[in-house]
Order: sequence, then structure tokens, then C-alpha cells
Amino acid sequence: MIQLINIPKTFDHECSLCGISMQTVTLIPGDGIGPEISTAVMRIFEAAQVPIQWDERNVTAIQGPGGNWMIPPNTKESMDRNKIGLKGPLKTPVAAGHPSMNLLLRKTFDLYANVRPCMSIEGYKTPYTDVDLVTIRENTEGEYSGIEHVIVDGVVQSIKLITEDASERIAKYAFEYAVNNQRSSVTAVHKANIMRMSDGLFLRKCREAAENYKDIKFTEMYLDTVCLNMVQDPTQFDVLVMPNLYGDILSDLCAGLIGGLGVTPSGNIGTNGVAIFESVHGTAPDIAGADLANPTALLLSAVMMLRHMGLHAHAQRIQTACFNTIQDKRVLTKDLGGNAKCSEFTAAICERVQDLD
Amino acid sequence: INKVLNSIMCDLSLFQPLPAKYGGRHTVTLIPGDGIGPELLNHVREVFRFSCVPVDFEVVNVNSAMTSEDDINNAITAIRRNGVALKGNIETNHTMPPSVKSRNNLLRTSLDLYANVMHCQSLPGVQTRHKDIDILIVRENTEGEYSSLEHESVTGVVESLKIITRTNSLRIADYAFKLAREKGRRRVTAVHKANIMKLGDGLFLQCCREVASGYPDLQFDAMIVDNTTMQLVSNPEQFDVMVMPNLYGNVVSNVCAGLVGGPGLVPGANYGKDYAVFETATRNTGKSIAGRNIANPTAMLLASCMMLDHLKKSYFFSYVKNLCLNCKCVSSLQLHTADIGGQGTTSEVVQSIMKLIQSKGQLTTDL
Repeated sequence: MIQLINIPKTFDHECSLCGISMQTVTLIPGDGIGPEISTAVMRIFEAAQVPIQWDERNVTAIQGPGGNWMIPPNTKESMDRNKIGLKGPLKTPVAAGHPSMNLLLRKTFDLYANVRPCMSIEGYKTPYTDVDLVTIRENTEGEYSGIEHVIVDGVVQSIKLITEDASERIAKYAFEYAVNNQRSSVTAVHKANIMRMSDGLFLRKCREAAENYKDIKFTEMYLDTVCLNMVQDPTQFDVLVMPNLYGDILSDLCAGLIGGLGVTPSGNIGTNGVAIFESVHGTAPDIAGADLANPTALLLSAVMMLRHMGLHAHAQRIQTACFNTIQDKRVLTKDLGGNAKCSEFTAAICERVQDLD
Repeated sequence: INKVLNSIMCDLSLFQPLPAKYGGRHTVTLIPGDGIGPELLNHVREVFRFSCVPVDFEVVNVNSAMTSEDDINNAITAIRRNGVALKGNIETNHTMPPSVKSRNNLLRTSLDLYANVMHCQSLPGVQTRHKDIDILIVRENTEGEYSSLEHESVTGVVESLKIITRTNSLRIADYAFKLAREKGRRRVTAVHKANIMKLGDGLFLQCCREVASGYPDLQFDAMIVDNTTMQLVSNPEQFDVMVMPNLYGNVVSNVCAGLVGGPGLVPGANYGKDYAVFETATRNTGKSIAGRNIANPTAMLLASCMMLDHLKKSYFFSYVKNLCLNCKCVSSLQLHTADIGGQGTTSEVVQSIMKLIQSKGQLTTDL
């Protein structure tokens, strides 16, 4: 009962029988281990009595009338309606003839910001402790614009595109995120000493955005210095904002600090309020269907989703249950060092969530 | 006969022609740079003088605050004359207009120093999270993302060109495999992002594979750069020799330097066909610690040792290198600088190194 008093804002949401409005979230289970980890998350949410109902959809590439590839229209409709989505891993067949599904989703919903909070998990030991940082990566342009040409035989040119609008948008988002999540500083990561104009533009936009958020400390750091310092002392970083490629490398580096992609959550923010949260690991076809998968990454992404939706109490409860289960070490999936099944691990978390009520 | 001689000379591409040598003494260009560069290089000169190393330094100052390129051009000419240089990092003020290019980059591209080599090794006595790291990083040093080709085609839209060429990719891959063989290494890993940059990094990877086929005794594999950084922070012992384009090299070399104890411990070398320039591996100016006598002199001293090795004064190389390593072994905190958890000053560390040199006896008897 004491817990309820501490969190009066969500008192209403506690009772699912009171007819409080349930929010619908689009769920894309994905391929490989996707379906089983999605089931695990749904079960945990049910145990925690989260006021969410799931709208399960499929994502396969289909060719539209113009010959261009797109996601199924009913999935798009569902996302546009619900605005919030949770997604498992999607496979991209090598010679499929169509771009990757992740790329299609990104383009369809203009998912411009990729957010990865990296927090050390007590109970899952890595050489790095007390990591608590967030990487915010510009997700639409930069080095991943896909524009490449063969100039003459043996000389290839790849174009890195940096635009004022995209840089402004991501910088603003980074500061908004810092404010909404009680973070104290934002660091822009760049290489403006070498890429003077492109990273220079990005940096300028970050500086301008910083002017509007005087409470948040703003610093700039070269990419190489960040890498150097990150592996020596990751506690000095808070929120990091950067263009596409640096974000790709740094976010995976940070995931490595806390234990890998199997325990790292990720969220993609788009225009028009769309947000898709996902696990960033692969489809693991070798263990698909064997009840061996670790649902932690998808679960933590779902927790991120709850915080985004304002359901902080539920988010905290599920996260605590998950971390406590891992810390307890009695029921762990194989990749975490145990030999329990996915369903057993899920059941242990469900039990804890109900105990925390 | 000439053709045969030429081909032998080409095969010896790892062994550059001996630079200026007069009266048994070498002349080496010294570029102090900014930040901690000048003080560290002064210590190098001190140790060299003390140890009677037959090297004379031609000091060329480069003023980073000036927009004219005269200074750096003088430095480049001096290096062309002497063949070898030891340098501190030159600050790049990126508030200057884009036409003012990075001086360090200008130096590397003008002299075509195509291979940046860094040896990251766990040093005994230095506390780190990971042990037993021994990675050789070979980074393409002249093209890729560092081509400095940018333009604003439409207001608010900037394009930056990354250039990958077959010639340079083959050249760096060849260098990496030759180096691996020379040092008795077993495995070369190419780092890339060819799943996204299919043409650019795809070309790089293809060149690496082509060269690999000529070295069947060496194992070759490829890894995507984001996975590489993740593997480096969890399991760095798996890596042996790594070869990669310019930007990834920047990231990976800094991660590795951090893993073995920081920027104060790792030396770096830039090799071209005709010239070689030695510096600290992570190329930091260290503005915030400049002039306070707290910088770690190890990286610069080890870089000067690599230079001596290059000049074929190899008996000095292993001698001074062992001394530096011994300094790390000594558990007394007085001999560690702040960056590796000690309380010693730069000059104290240098003094203790010179004491150890002295205790090993007169060097002139070795000649």
C-alpha cells in the first residue's frame, strides 16, 4: 500500500477492472526468436496489469503500385492510429531484392531519432560498472544516405549528407529528452576538425539548441576522445547526441559495456508522435522455437515504451522485477550464464512483478 | 639486372631507404606542435642527450593560429629533406573557415604517409580492466572520410565525400599482411561497414580479400565496425592484427588505447614509401594538462624508440623500451603519472628513466 501512496499519479491505472481506458500498442513480433520473446513480454505485462492491449501485426515487404517497396498497408494504418509500437527482430534475406525491413520502417515513419539508454545491470557482471548514459543518434541521413558512385574504375565515392533541418531536429530532441528524463548534460559528438563543413553544421545546430535549454549543460567532444574516455571511465557521460555513423558505432560500443545486444533496449522516435521500440539483436534462427531465447532486450525496450507513454510506475515495477531476477541468478537463460528456459525466466519475472504489487 | 633490382627494392617496401645520415649522426625533423607536445619532446631530447643517441633534431615550429600554410609547408620540406620526423599534435581550430585544413592531415597526405601503425599492448604494472591485449592496428591514413572534400550544394545541405580507391586499399592491405608476417602474427581482421556502404567499404573488403589470398599462411576474416567495438570492450584478446579505412581506424585505435591504459602509453607511427613520422598514437594535444608537468611521457618516449628502430639503431630501441616497461613494473606510485593512477610528475618519471639508463652502464661501449 505504501507504494501506491508514493505514486499517486498512476493510482488510477492500478485497477484494470475500473474501466480505465486501455491504450492500444502495435506489436510486431518479428522473425526467429521474435514471436517467443514477444509472448514473454505480453505475459509479463499481463502479470503487471499494464493497461495496454496489443494489436499484433506483420511486416513483410510488398511491392506497391509504383513498383516501390513498402510495408503492408494495414500495419501502417495500425501504427498511424496507435502511434506506439513494439517490435522484435526482423530478418533481411540477403538476395531479397528489397531493402531491409528496418530501413523500410524507418523511411515509412520518418524515425529520425534512435535512442539507446545504457545502464549497467546489477547481477550481470561486465568489466564496467555504474554505466548510466543515453546515446541519441540521428537516424535518417549522414553516412547512411546510401548515395555511392563509382567515379572511375577503382575509385568509389560515398556521400555523407548533413542537413540543417535534420541536425536541428535531432539536437532539439536530445535536449527535450534530457529535460523529460532528468538528465543533466548533453554532449555533442563530432569530428569537425576533419569534416569541417558537415560536422561543423551539426555542431552549430547543437549549439543553437543548447541556447534554449540553459539548465542542461552542453559540451562538445571529438569522436575519438569520446571512444578513448568511454572505455576508461564511462561514468563521465550522460546524454550523447551525434550523426548517424558515429551513433551506430558508439551505441554498439555502449551496449558492449553493459553486456551486449541481448540486454540493450532501443527506441526510435518519428515525426507525428510515432515511436517504435525494439530489441536490436538478431533473429537467432539457430535457437528459434526452442524456448531458449532471452527476452530481456525486448522487455527493457517495452519498459522504455511505458516511460514514453507516461506509465512510470508500471515501468519501474517491471524493470525492478527483471533486474532482481537477473541479480538473483537462480533462473537465468543460457546467454546470461544460466540454463533456464525462456518460459521459466519469464515466469520468474511475472512472479516478482506480482510480489512487488 | 635493373628490373630484378627494382623488383627487389619494391619488395623491400617495408624497409624504407635510410634517411639523412652524416658523420654517423642522423638528422630528424622535430615538430613540437601544441599543448603537451613541446614539453614531451623536450623530455625526449633530454633522454637522447643523456643517452648519447647520435640523433640531431631540426626543430620546425608550426603555428596553428595562422591561416597561411607556410609553416606546415616548411615542416613538410624539412621532412622531405631528413626523411624522418617526430611530432606533437598540431591544434585544429574548427571555428576557422573550412578552407583552413587540419595541419596534421595536410602533413600526412602531402607526404603520402599511407599507413598508420599502432601497437596496443597491455603493459605490466598498469591497472586495466582487460589483460593480455596485444593488437596491431593498421589504418589507412590518407583517404576515406578524411579526404576533406566537402561542399554545400544547397543552403542547409552539406555533402562530405568519402573516397575509397582500389590502389590505396590494396596498398594498405598489403602493408598489413607484410607486417603481420614480419612480426610473426597469425590473423588479420578487416574492419568495415560494407553492409551499408556497399560500394565503398565493399571495395576495401574486396581488396583485402585479394591480398589475403596471397598469404595463405595467415588467417583472414572481416568484422563490421559496430560489432568490432562491442567485441573490443568485452573480449579484446581475440584480436591480432586489424586493418581498416581511415575513420574506423580512428575509432578502433582510440578504443584500444583506452583499453590498455590511456593515451599516455601508446606510440604511433605513420609510414609512407619514403618518409616516416612518429607521434603518440591517439594524437591528442592535451590542452588541459599542458604546462603542468603531469603529462605521461611514455607514449612520446616509446614513439622516439620506434623512430630509432626505423633508423636502424635497434640496440637503443629495445634498451629504452625495456626501461619504459620497467618503469611501469615498479609498484611505487611515485613512478606513475596521474593518468595511470599515480602521483608522479612528468619530470620525475623522466628522471627515473634516466637513472635506470645510467645504472645499466656506459652506452658508448655498445657501439
